[in-house]
Amino acid sequence: MNIEQPPAPLAAALRQGQRWYPLPARWLPGLALAVLAVLAWAALFPATLAPYSPTDMDTNYILQSPSWRHLFGTDENGRDVFSRAVHGAHDSLAIGVLATLIGLGLGMLCGFIGGLGGRALDWAVTRFVEVMFAFPSIVLALLFITVFGNGAYTTAVAVGLSMFPGFARVIRTQVRVQKNAEYINASVALGRSPRFILVRHLVPNVMWPLLALFTLGIGQSIIWGAALGYLGMGAAPPASEWGLLLASGKNFIYSAWWLTLFPGLLIAATSVAATALGRALESRNRNP
Amino acid sequence: MSWVVFKRHRKGLATLTPLGAHLGARLALWRLATQGLSALLVMFGVVSVTFIALRVVPGDPARLIAGGGSGIDVSEVVLQQIREQYGLNRPLLQQYLSMLYDFGRGQFGYSYIMRDDIGSILQRYLGPTLLLAVTALACAWLLALAFVLWSARGGRLASALGAVVETLSASLPHFWLGALLIMLFSVQLRWLPAVSEPGSVPGLVMPVLTLALPCAGYLAQILRGSLANALQAPFALSARARGESEWGVLLRHALRHAIAPAISASASFFGALISGAVVVESVFSRPGLGRVLMLGVDGRDIQLVAAVVTVAALLYVIANLAADNLVRWVDPGAAHEH
Repeated sequence: MNIEQPPAPLAAALRQGQRWYPLPARWLPGLALAVLAVLAWAALFPATLAPYSPTDMDTNYILQSPSWRHLFGTDENGRDVFSRAVHGAHDSLAIGVLATLIGLGLGMLCGFIGGLGGRALDWAVTRFVEVMFAFPSIVLALLFITVFGNGAYTTAVAVGLSMFPGFARVIRTQVRVQKNAEYINASVALGRSPRFILVRHLVPNVMWPLLALFTLGIGQSIIWGAALGYLGMGAAPPASEWGLLLASGKNFIYSAWWLTLFPGLLIAATSVAATALGRALESRNRNP
Repeated sequence: MSWVVFKRHRKGLATLTPLGAHLGARLALWRLATQGLSALLVMFGVVSVTFIALRVVPGDPARLIAGGGSGIDVSEVVLQQIREQYGLNRPLLQQYLSMLYDFGRGQFGYSYIMRDDIGSILQRYLGPTLLLAVTALACAWLLALAFVLWSARGGRLASALGAVVETLSASLPHFWLGALLIMLFSVQLRWLPAVSEPGSVPGLVMPVLTLALPCAGYLAQILRGSLANALQAPFALSARARGESEWGVLLRHALRHAIAPAISASASFFGALISGAVVVESVFSRPGLGRVLMLGVDGRDIQLVAAVVTVAALLYVIANLAADNLVRWVDPGAAHEH
């Protein structure tokens, strides 16, 4: 008997029928990518997917439950929820991607300064990141919104700002590890300029492994962006950002469940897809 | 036999103590002192960043206060009055120092939106939010532990299924989860109230679940990873060799090591729980710090916003301190790995 791994009955049973089991795991990243591709298409060309205009009011169909005519039902003004959700994809995804880019940019700035700088500089940057970490993310975002008012772009910046400490910490560690690597020494020995080493070696080698983190970040920032929209602190009402759709559905939660279910399902699906993709990338990084 | 040292007492008496105990007590004190100092430093930074955000960056805080976020033009006389009242006409450095001094003493000033002293507002609303966040964290731990232990013994299918469930629950947005729970338990089944009154226990169930489920997903992910590592470790093998049952290895040996990373992570989850509380309080119309913050942001009450932001950061810093020391207590070996 093998002491190290005692036979688990279920695992042994599974070994016989192993073919069906790994399939979902192998298909998951592809499925996630497909979901994200459809959403990206909706964000870029909403008119090709939406059957109606997001602002068209059909007064004969007010608060109708889902049907073939109105796939996600209609809201209190007789607007088609499916079309509004499709048109809202642009705002929600843009906020998610933009916020993650802003967070990554700020994180890179702090991470590289801290990672490459001397001890004093590193100490200062680490302390600064620690301070920014202490603000709960939505609180930091709200602090920003207090000052600059609300709107889609402010939301993106606010969410990005609340994400950057996490990125900064990881990037700083990566830089610290990579800058002492053999290939950097070799490059120095070859007489490359510091700028060349930074741009051609350090940045790609630090950032590529972070692709997984970037994907995970998009999933998170879409949720936080939608949360701000839901709280009435994000994109302004004529837009049909998903958080806003949910906020207006809140008023009809007792009578019109479809106003809440479908926009939320989209937010959850997007973030789950992004997370699944991120996890797949992460595990590929760990054991290529 | 062990090393001994002289330990000098206050009265000049000297006794012999084992070196380990002597150093250990010294080290613990020293560590607590440095931890406290760095926590203070972080709080100093928090107040500074808040000050910079609210007083320095925007053009005119007085206009912000007067407009209440509406952007209405106000006369210079009113603006001057506001500057007078809030001390905005003083030099920035003086304002900064007085804010540090006041916040350090726990004097947060007056909120014009809620027409009350901010200190007493915080006193009233901190409790419900803390109750929500702490109960949610405890609930998340219970859920995550139960789920991971169940799936850890279930073989590959269970752990694959577990990973999927964890990823799903970890990426559920709070506001949607809360709304779904309301639709299920309040609208369909009529079991629980949709509006959470501060004192009622049934009213606490759904907000806590809403906060706890995504958090449990994250916790379970961490626990599953570290538990898998611990089960492969040499001490698990030696425990098995001594004839310990698989449950015994899991509960008595592996778990102790596996929960340390999850405890450290819990501190940052506490920050996320505070964020989540802001959303959840809005979903369930529950009074708390989050609602106060929303009121402050809506009305551009910068004094109130500054106070709530500082307190939220303080909660996070305290949670971090607590988690740090808890990890050392649960798994003393973890201290050496850092």
